Amino acid sequence: MLPLINIALAFVTVGIIVRIIGVDPLHALRLLVVGAIGSSESIGYTLYYTTNFIFTGLAVAVAFHGGLFNIGGEGQAYIGGLGCGLAILALDHFLPAWAMIPIAIAAAALFGAAWAAVPAWLQAWRGSHIVITTIMFNFVAAALMVYLMVNVLIAPGSMTPQSRTFTASGKLPQVQEVLAAVGIQVAPSALNLSIVLAILCCVGVWVFLWHTPWGYALRTMGHNPEAAIYAGTNLKHMTMLAMCLSGALAGFVGVNELMGVHQRIVLDFPAGYGFAGIAVALMGRSHPLGIVLAALLFGALQQGGAELAFEIPTITREMVVVIQGLIILFSGALVHLPRPLLQSLLALAGR
Amino acid sequence: MTAAIELQEIRKSFGNVHAVRGVSLDIEKGAITGIVGENGAGKSTLMSILYGLYRADAGEIVIDGQPIDMASPHDAIAQGIGMVHQHFMLVDTFTVLENLILGVEGGPLLAGGLAAARAELVRLAREYGLAVNPDAKVADLSVGEQQRVEILKVLYRGARILILDEPSAVLTPQETDQLFRILAALKERGVTIVLITHKLREIMAATDHVYVMRQGQVVADRRTAETNPEELAELMVGRKVRLELDKTAPHIGEVLLEAQHLSLVDGRGVRLLDDINLSLRAGEIVGIAGVSGNGQSELLQVLSGIRRPTSGRLVVRGRVIEAHHPSDPAEMRDLGVAHVPEDRLRQGMVAAFQASETSILGYQDEPPFRRGYLLDGPAVGKHCARLMDQFDVRPRAPGLRSSNFSGGNQQKLVLAREMSREPKVLLVGQPTRGVDIGAIEFIHRELLRSRDQGCAVLVVSVELEEILSLADRILVMFGGRIMGEVPAARADERTLGLMMAGAQA
Amino acid sequence: MMDDFVSVILLTLAATLRVATPLVLCAMGGLFSEKSGIIDVGLEGKMLMAAFFAAATAAVTGSAWCGVAAGIAAAEALALLHGFACITWRGNQVVSGVAINILAAGLTVVLGTAWFNRGGQTPALEGDQRLLPLFFPGAGDNILVYVALASVPLTWWIIDRTRFGLRLRAVGEMPLAVDTAGISVPWLRYRAVLLCGLFAGLAGAYLSIAQNAGFSRDMTAGQGFIALAAIIFGKWRPFPAFGACLIFGLLDAVAIRLQGVRMPGVGEVPVQLIQALPYLLTMFLLAGFIGRAIAPKAAGVPYEKEH
Repeated sequence: MLPLINIALAFVTVGIIVRIIGVDPLHALRLLVVGAIGSSESIGYTLYYTTNFIFTGLAVAVAFHGGLFNIGGEGQAYIGGLGCGLAILALDHFLPAWAMIPIAIAAAALFGAAWAAVPAWLQAWRGSHIVITTIMFNFVAAALMVYLMVNVLIAPGSMTPQSRTFTASGKLPQVQEVLAAVGIQVAPSALNLSIVLAILCCVGVWVFLWHTPWGYALRTMGHNPEAAIYAGTNLKHMTMLAMCLSGALAGFVGVNELMGVHQRIVLDFPAGYGFAGIAVALMGRSHPLGIVLAALLFGALQQGGAELAFEIPTITREMVVVIQGLIILFSGALVHLPRPLLQSLLALAGR
Repeated sequence: MTAAIELQEIRKSFGNVHAVRGVSLDIEKGAITGIVGENGAGKSTLMSILYGLYRADAGEIVIDGQPIDMASPHDAIAQGIGMVHQHFMLVDTFTVLENLILGVEGGPLLAGGLAAARAELVRLAREYGLAVNPDAKVADLSVGEQQRVEILKVLYRGARILILDEPSAVLTPQETDQLFRILAALKERGVTIVLITHKLREIMAATDHVYVMRQGQVVADRRTAETNPEELAELMVGRKVRLELDKTAPHIGEVLLEAQHLSLVDGRGVRLLDDINLSLRAGEIVGIAGVSGNGQSELLQVLSGIRRPTSGRLVVRGRVIEAHHPSDPAEMRDLGVAHVPEDRLRQGMVAAFQASETSILGYQDEPPFRRGYLLDGPAVGKHCARLMDQFDVRPRAPGLRSSNFSGGNQQKLVLAREMSREPKVLLVGQPTRGVDIGAIEFIHRELLRSRDQGCAVLVVSVELEEILSLADRILVMFGGRIMGEVPAARADERTLGLMMAGAQA
Repeated sequence: MMDDFVSVILLTLAATLRVATPLVLCAMGGLFSEKSGIIDVGLEGKMLMAAFFAAATAAVTGSAWCGVAAGIAAAEALALLHGFACITWRGNQVVSGVAINILAAGLTVVLGTAWFNRGGQTPALEGDQRLLPLFFPGAGDNILVYVALASVPLTWWIIDRTRFGLRLRAVGEMPLAVDTAGISVPWLRYRAVLLCGLFAGLAGAYLSIAQNAGFSRDMTAGQGFIALAAIIFGKWRPFPAFGACLIFGLLDAVAIRLQGVRMPGVGEVPVQLIQALPYLLTMFLLAGFIGRAIAPKAAGVPYEKEH
């Protein structure tokens, strides 16, 4: 009940802002919805965005379950992508797609996990606040990537900092290709098979958290560190595990962006997905099912927002960013705000 | 006797718990009055009412002949009452002076207030012997010195009546002696002092007058010079109702757990455990009696592997565990030691988990709950259902959130979990805290059953009745030490009370 | 020869101050908040919002000072939001800060495009709409630079020498002690948060009205986080934090110059490494490798009354 109210509050606030800049909120809402799901092409794009939100939402959620606040999704996505790209650049001439893809995915996970492992180690062994270290590491990742792209990985003769294009084995098939192979015609979009990876990750996270002893220990630590110690868990090891899994999940954004869409290493592909992952996790109450729904909402917002910006020039794509911020605010910081009102309403209804 | 304070028929209840039931007592001006009693006697609640932290449900507080409405600590401070809490309200990073003036700075700029405080500090140090370095950071002070700062804070605000709540709980013996010298100096200058304690040595040494409280009432009122520790101990502990349990004679077997010279010293040098030697044998229940805060919690933590001792060793079923190579809870479980913690909500369960998840806490890595890499959900559910049946946990709902069970049912679930592993050693802390009557009986019978099946059971409890009913042997802890051991058949309230209050029988 | 050397030093000094000014202002503001126990990750967002409203107002009214006032008002609005969420509603302080950053990033562009239609930029400011250098044209020493310099001893004095400062420090370490002394914890923290907004507002106004001639999207470019790093690096004390801001500012001013220059023994230093240095140094500090940085003990923990 509460999450819906929080979202509603966010939307009402946005409606007010939209009004202030002189646009009819309902008209804008209609355009948003149509833009998100009005055609098979837009649905495709919505799902492509959703894929990224699922990855970062899962990443934040896994860390949350362990009581850890991972704000480093941006950096982990970036470095995960680097790992994915490096593996492909090294091996794509020698391997066929069915071998390359799993290796690249593993590389993304490894690199993303490694980038999260440093703040995790600092928190577990040196007591450094993980929030601050993960924020710092986002900036370090950005600087590192710029350096690498400009100086090391840049494609020969290229003016923009991007690597050479991957060969065919470094490319994730587009969903419309796969569907066409079985006779279903859909419009082309950026949607690729990484969405399958995203769904697999959802299942994997669900199984891990609620159906394995390690997930159990992780959740215990998140709820009640003293009970975790009582139960024989090593808190330091568990912190590392939680953050490494988190980083690996965030790293998969690189799989979607680099293997699925750009087919080369580029700059700035994390594009705010890491921070939005916080909103997705909060809204989805850190449960994979909730995360999928929240990610769908955010994906729809992203796609719909782009269309909206196209139709109404006064509303830019940044409106989506505003909505994200408001959702984080209402679902995270002000999450208890509607509660007294709800209680009064329920009391009234009960009478 | 002029009374600085008269408490008249004070009553206070928290829900169903009647903490203070019609207490009337007089605090003599310029004297040191002691209030002594066990856990739950009501003494801390009574003093909190006097200091304005709680409001009495009924009764009057009369100060210098005037009835006063104590709505908050402000009113108490205005009346010249100051309280030195067990947990200090000091800012560690501040100096003594800064802590002194917090709230009474005397102006928007600090310079003036600090100068005034410094002058006053010199005066107070001279008059009462409360010497502390005004510029020292509180974090660098010893606990005894920090307590002196608390006392200074209270005097600086013009208190003429001092309430001290278990002041020596955190002090070394030397620091305790220093404290009482200071209290004597204060008394000489006409300050009225109220001392809440469970330690008879302090009562006899420092007070002029003593009230004994038990179960929310004053049961005795003596001039200290006219009484003795034995009388006070018996009054404090009272006639204990021994719950009728069908206890057969124990079949004592081999030693399953032995503690040899266990000591635990904290960062400040306070000996939380002081050379503990005890052994637990199969088929017996050993009870540890004592007022809380005397090392019982630490003992449980060390025996269960949660905390490492500073020195000494544990021998658990033949496995020797030295202090420098400590164990951990997982290993202790492997050795067959089960632990029902004192604070079930903080340590023994996860409030947000379903009952079925709570029923495997600590055992999630073991078969049958774990099959390969996964948890076997159905097996866990069956296990929980079985536990609930065996221990009559209600409602029979493995899927219900653990916090939604009543206290008694939560405790039964935790006990069931630990006992179902058929441990060789069972450590139990406060088995019936917050548990209703029906569940208490059940839990006690289960503990006896475990003992009859050859388990070595250690029960730590602040409820003396419980210990007297359950234990075959009784050890009393005080100040981190085991004061003495008494076989249950020969245990009497006077002996136990004396040991619990720190006096040798 | 000597003249060249001196002029290089002076130019570098001027550049450092120019870059460090917003950092200093943000750091001082953030200090008040953090000292009181409210973590402020949202310095970036406050500064950005202030920059936008300052430039927008200056463009519309023609007055730089109206712009500054508007910038401060915008930052205070966000500060109050943060305070409301964290103090009154005891929400998660980090989440609130992150939300404010994202909100500011989006809202500034949305409003900017809607009002000025230049893809997020405000119209270029000229003459009276800007704050111009006072004594050394070309060095960029407008009044806000001097305000920033003055803010450091002022902050130190408030925190260290006043009653308010004592209580502020106490509430960040042990709110319970403050509460039992009869002082209102929420009111103290709100005042801290409002002070933070004031300084962040000045920082933002400086960016768009003084340092540059208008607002452009995302112009804060992480400086709010560098200010946070400076606070931590300065171990939550005003003068060391100021020193950290100068170091970080110097690094930034020098980074561009060092591009392509070969240093003895090391070779070419990548400009990105210099850009990353503030963050790396802060992490080293947090790891305890260069001394210990201990945050106010109650930072990040919402205060709930016991009785």
